[in-house]
Amino acid sequence: MHKQIFESYQPLDRSSLIPLLQDVQNIYGYLPENALRDISDFVGVPLSRVYGVATFYNQFRLTPLGKNIIRVCRGTACHVKNSANILYALESELGIKAGETTRDKQFTIEVVNCIGACSIAPVILVNDDYHGRITVKDIPKILKKYQTTTSAAKKSEKAEVAE
Amino acid sequence: MKNFDQLCCEKCWHTPQNPCEHFIQCCTEGPLCHNDEKCREEISSLRKRLRYEEHELPIIIIGMGTCGLASGAGKVKEIILEELKKLNIEAIVESTGCIGYCAVEPIVDVKLPGEDRVSYCEINPKIVSKFLHTVLVEKKIFKEKLLGTHGKTNHDARNINEIPFFEFQRKIVLSNCGIINPDSIDTYLAYGGFKAFDKVVRLMKPEEVIKDILISGLRGRGGGGFPTGKKWELAFKQKSEQKYLICNADEGDPGAFMDRSLLESDPFRVIEGMMIAAYAIGASKAYIYCRAEYPLAIEKLQNAINLCERYGILGDNILNTGFSLHIKIKKGAGAFVCGEETALIASIEGKRGMPRPRPPYPVEAGLWGKPTVINNVETFANVPPIILMGGQEFAKIGTEKSKGTKVFALSGNVKNTGLVEVPMGTTLADVVFKIGGGIPDGKEFKAVQIGGPSGGCIPEHLIDTPVDYESLKEIGAMMGSGGFVVMDEDTCMVDVAKYFLTFIQQESCGKCVPCREGTKRMLEIIERIPQRYSTGKDKNEQLLRFKGMIHLQRLADVIKDTSLCGLGQSAPNPVLSGLRYFREEYEEHLYDRKCSAGVCKELLTFTIDNEKCTGCGICLRKCAVEAIVGEKGEAHYILDEKCVKCGMCVENCRFDAITVN
Repeated sequence: MHKQIFESYQPLDRSSLIPLLQDVQNIYGYLPENALRDISDFVGVPLSRVYGVATFYNQFRLTPLGKNIIRVCRGTACHVKNSANILYALESELGIKAGETTRDKQFTIEVVNCIGACSIAPVILVNDDYHGRITVKDIPKILKKYQTTTSAAKKSEKAEVAE
Repeated sequence: MKNFDQLCCEKCWHTPQNPCEHFIQCCTEGPLCHNDEKCREEISSLRKRLRYEEHELPIIIIGMGTCGLASGAGKVKEIILEELKKLNIEAIVESTGCIGYCAVEPIVDVKLPGEDRVSYCEINPKIVSKFLHTVLVEKKIFKEKLLGTHGKTNHDARNINEIPFFEFQRKIVLSNCGIINPDSIDTYLAYGGFKAFDKVVRLMKPEEVIKDILISGLRGRGGGGFPTGKKWELAFKQKSEQKYLICNADEGDPGAFMDRSLLESDPFRVIEGMMIAAYAIGASKAYIYCRAEYPLAIEKLQNAINLCERYGILGDNILNTGFSLHIKIKKGAGAFVCGEETALIASIEGKRGMPRPRPPYPVEAGLWGKPTVINNVETFANVPPIILMGGQEFAKIGTEKSKGTKVFALSGNVKNTGLVEVPMGTTLADVVFKIGGGIPDGKEFKAVQIGGPSGGCIPEHLIDTPVDYESLKEIGAMMGSGGFVVMDEDTCMVDVAKYFLTFIQQESCGKCVPCREGTKRMLEIIERIPQRYSTGKDKNEQLLRFKGMIHLQRLADVIKDTSLCGLGQSAPNPVLSGLRYFREEYEEHLYDRKCSAGVCKELLTFTIDNEKCTGCGICLRKCAVEAIVGEKGEAHYILDEKCVKCGMCVENCRFDAITVN
């Protein structure tokens, strides 16, 4: 599947390594090992280097994600507005730590440094929907909204931006 | 004529392949090559229409930047469209970027034919129908949510620039933000866009451009404050068949969002600034390195670049002057250190984003070993106005050594959060209290954090410090990229230092030892401060705590002096400024084992007031460690030895029955 992406890139061009990794991750949600091998061959960079780049940047992950990705902003403004508690509440509600995925593959919690929406801190991003100025009490309600959604419903929800 | 790339008549022949020298002038003043009444009328009426000066239908303009969307502007737009159908009113619905007053988003402007544009704030889906009925049917001002008018102050509404949030600002960089449609190159042209580039490319030599920028005194807005003109001059003097220009939009500082807002609200301005810079240094290829966390900014930029290419404003032989420029967007992959210029270059080349020692500086050997100029988004956005007003005029704004204005991302515990642009030399107090409106909920002001992880916290007694590069450095902070986080009495300075060190420690690339190991040790020392006695892990805990404090200063100095790049060199700043201005708070944690802000959880005790507790049991259910006991309907108790001080019970209690001390 990922080989189609290669068509829009020049082979043996090192500068396309990061964009390629980004595009492949867009398809699978993570970077599978065989894709890394193919990219290494295509770009002409040893696999060890490709692995080095893939593990250096925060964006890339080598394990699959849950259906819904919750990104908790931990920027300064969010921190001052108590985002640590939000994260803790999410973690205890879902029973996982940041960076992990729930066993039913429904949710993944990720921590991001700043998503640039400081004026409505504290913010979490579920898939593409922003939830700003939230408190710990809002969390069960937000999670419930995503728990039952099927993939088709999710798509239409993505289109309409968060409330 | 609907847009400027349609030709007015057969006498006009501009295409990207066969460009006309006067295309931009024609759009902004034209037509020039032929004196035809009809064409003149047509072009000038197009300009007026795009500037919302001449129209028959009412226009509704919705702020659709990230902050607007996050506040629900998308939903509001949908409902406005529905309501218009219901009311059977024809209107034009347009979108714009962010005007800067993020606290009161979603902002919706209404412009009725022949009247002034009026801004309304906090328009939520519930009031849309009432709002539209008032402004479109009754044709009255919707007083409840009025922000201001864009025309003269009258008995109904004040001019928007007279309300406190805008009154003390001076908008040069942000002048178009929240006013124009960021998706339309025609609007940008109608507002006089690309005029500066037109002037530069047709009438000025590169040396003259550089001289003008030198006279203006413009300094890098990314944090370092290196004179922009000087950087360009150094690159201009390099002899090389290929030079590169890079726009640094890797805004990694937590708490800063001005680059995002600028790219979303006025992408053409940044592109124009880059075009002028590329012309001055002789670059024909340019990159914009933007964070992947800013999808909307990337989308708007890509659209802007495509439009510029379609109009023949970017590409080969622009305006038949022989000058060519191609701009490409590179998406960052989430590494804070990539904001450092040599690391950014490594990242574009497809490597791990690690800095390298300088010299050679990028102006000598940068991207692919060629001379490269890297400037920040805000720096580029300053360039077109400087060219238009002249360097000398620009140099009149600001202080002796810091010229112009600075955009800050005002956030944290302050009433009016948003983007503010103030002349250099404005005091911090003015930004916090006059523009920011002070601290909400009657709380006390404690500190303001400037410059992100590289900056410092400025206490109340220094709040009258003027904003400029030197003054901020003197008091141990730093201009940085412009994050401006206000903190109230509920913020613990030890916790803030811990927060920034955790951030730096995670983001350290690991190349040089002082930063990789030093920040780790420093974080250990700071983490030990709010730890409770006898957690049982280490018997020497208390001893280690004091020992760490003794070594902290020296460790900080070593990291500062020996790190490879700016990230490491400034890493100890949050701790150092904390020790300098909030020493008593550190001592309170150390000696009294107390956190008076109530943040350091391990030093707190939680108790349930049995008078207030109704025994609803919600805290019992929310407690992850089963530290709360009690029968339903009767007062509950917290078992201190089991409690991990997470605070979930306090957050969830509906009766304020749980106290913290």
